[in-house]
Amino acid sequence: MTPKKVKEEFLRVDGRAWDELRPLKIESGVLSNADGSAYIEMGKNKIIVGVFGPREVHPKHLSKPHTGVLRCRYHMAPFSTDPRRSPAPSRRDTEITMVMRYALEPAIFLERYPRSSIDIYAEVLQADGGTRCATITASSVALVDAGIPMRDLVAACSTGKYNGRIILDLGDYEDKNGEADVPIAYMPKLEQITLLQMDGILTAEEFEQCISLSIEGCKKIYEVQREAIKKKYVVEKSEKEIEKAEEFIEESRVEDEQ
Amino acid sequence: MMSSKYGIASRLKSKRIQKLISSGKRADGRGFDEYRQITIKTNVLEKAEGSAEVFIGNTRVLVGVKIGVGTPFEDTPGEGVLVCNAEFVPIASPFFEPGPPDENSIELARIVDRGLRSAGVVDFSKLDLIPGKLVHVINIDIYILNYDGNLIDASAFAAIAALRTSVKPVYEVKEGEVKPTGVKEKLEVLKTPIAVTMVKIGNSLLVDPSADEEEVMETRITVTLEDEGNICTIQKSGSEPLSFDEIKKAVNIAKVKASEIRSKIAGGEG
Repeated sequence: MTPKKVKEEFLRVDGRAWDELRPLKIESGVLSNADGSAYIEMGKNKIIVGVFGPREVHPKHLSKPHTGVLRCRYHMAPFSTDPRRSPAPSRRDTEITMVMRYALEPAIFLERYPRSSIDIYAEVLQADGGTRCATITASSVALVDAGIPMRDLVAACSTGKYNGRIILDLGDYEDKNGEADVPIAYMPKLEQITLLQMDGILTAEEFEQCISLSIEGCKKIYEVQREAIKKKYVVEKSEKEIEKAEEFIEESRVEDEQ
Repeated sequence: MMSSKYGIASRLKSKRIQKLISSGKRADGRGFDEYRQITIKTNVLEKAEGSAEVFIGNTRVLVGVKIGVGTPFEDTPGEGVLVCNAEFVPIASPFFEPGPPDENSIELARIVDRGLRSAGVVDFSKLDLIPGKLVHVINIDIYILNYDGNLIDASAFAAIAALRTSVKPVYEVKEGEVKPTGVKEKLEVLKTPIAVTMVKIGNSLLVDPSADEEEVMETRITVTLEDEGNICTIQKSGSEPLSFDEIKKAVNIAKVKASEIRSKIAGGEG
């Protein structure tokens, strides 16, 4: 059963088509104290990411003489899931922190910042399946917002199998009750995969379908990321404000001439 | 990985390894898709419900399975519990330090755990004692005794080999309490998932990386397959990306290797 054949009639638990992403919203520059930040909503996922650096490494022995270090922290708020979760980092958090670092490292020109660190702190405020992917997506926007030079943006989404069908961007229910889950992070310009995990049961063919579908999903997310970055620099002003600004420019020009 | 701690001497060694690999050779003379000698011993411990020791070259991993009674997870009240834990024992390498598990040992335990769970090695609904209150708890403890690369595969082989030989204590359920009967029965194991780990060095994929190769590697991928050849777990690790084609290639290599190793583990019981 190829996904194409079921495209027309097949609707998912939340009414989406098999290759449809959940509503996605990304905002950059949401924290005033961080060097860069981003907020993402993907379905009911709500995640906020702050980037600090490049800055001095603490503790110092972690610094490297030839390159910068990327440090990440993925953390879920106690109220982010149905039963309250302990705020202490779980084994899952530790693993996600690690794969998140591997997913983002290839995109950053870390070698330009010897003896420095770039720290990414991600807080999952509400979890709805696919938090690691949403976190990676938001983190790369936050990195750009911090002015850190990058080879490419990293976009991430998961694909999986639910009810015998390959679907894009699993929601919480599909994630928990499905047959398989394949989270992927992708650099669309460089055509390279930086995060790849898989859980469940898939044939090799289905697995390849999952990757192809994820890549398509990541390309769509990439566009939203780009918009979020650009949007920060667009300032909307009323006509009155514009008039005022023009007057100010005119006045200073007159002053200059005098 | 454990790499950055090795210092200057190994930088020279890495260049040599990279150069060799670009000319199609490995430092120990193996082919790119060749494992080192794999030795599997089962039932090596008396006090554990199941045990196995696996050697891959100089890498040595001991797994002890303890099966006891405990409370089920909140979201699966009628199902038994499986817990995987890995200890990087300081005797295994001068670079392993005592202390709480670090990200490498957590990742290792979670890859092994996911492999077993996704493949459906045991029927958890049969491990129920008092619904919602007491269930069988299977603890798989992975002990790294000597490190020479490829800890994931060694641990995964040892875990499934130990599980396959495990016995389960039989309990008597009476008036809401369980009593041990002293009898033990064989644990029913339904699948034999096999993990195959590869590293990418230059443009080549190498199976069963040695410690030296893990130090040089750019990225690592582990593909776990179950008996029918379906994929049950994949984990990419390391700071370099992979292309779609490289991933496809890795899956194909893993398929061939997994069936070879599975027959070894299925035959290694005694």
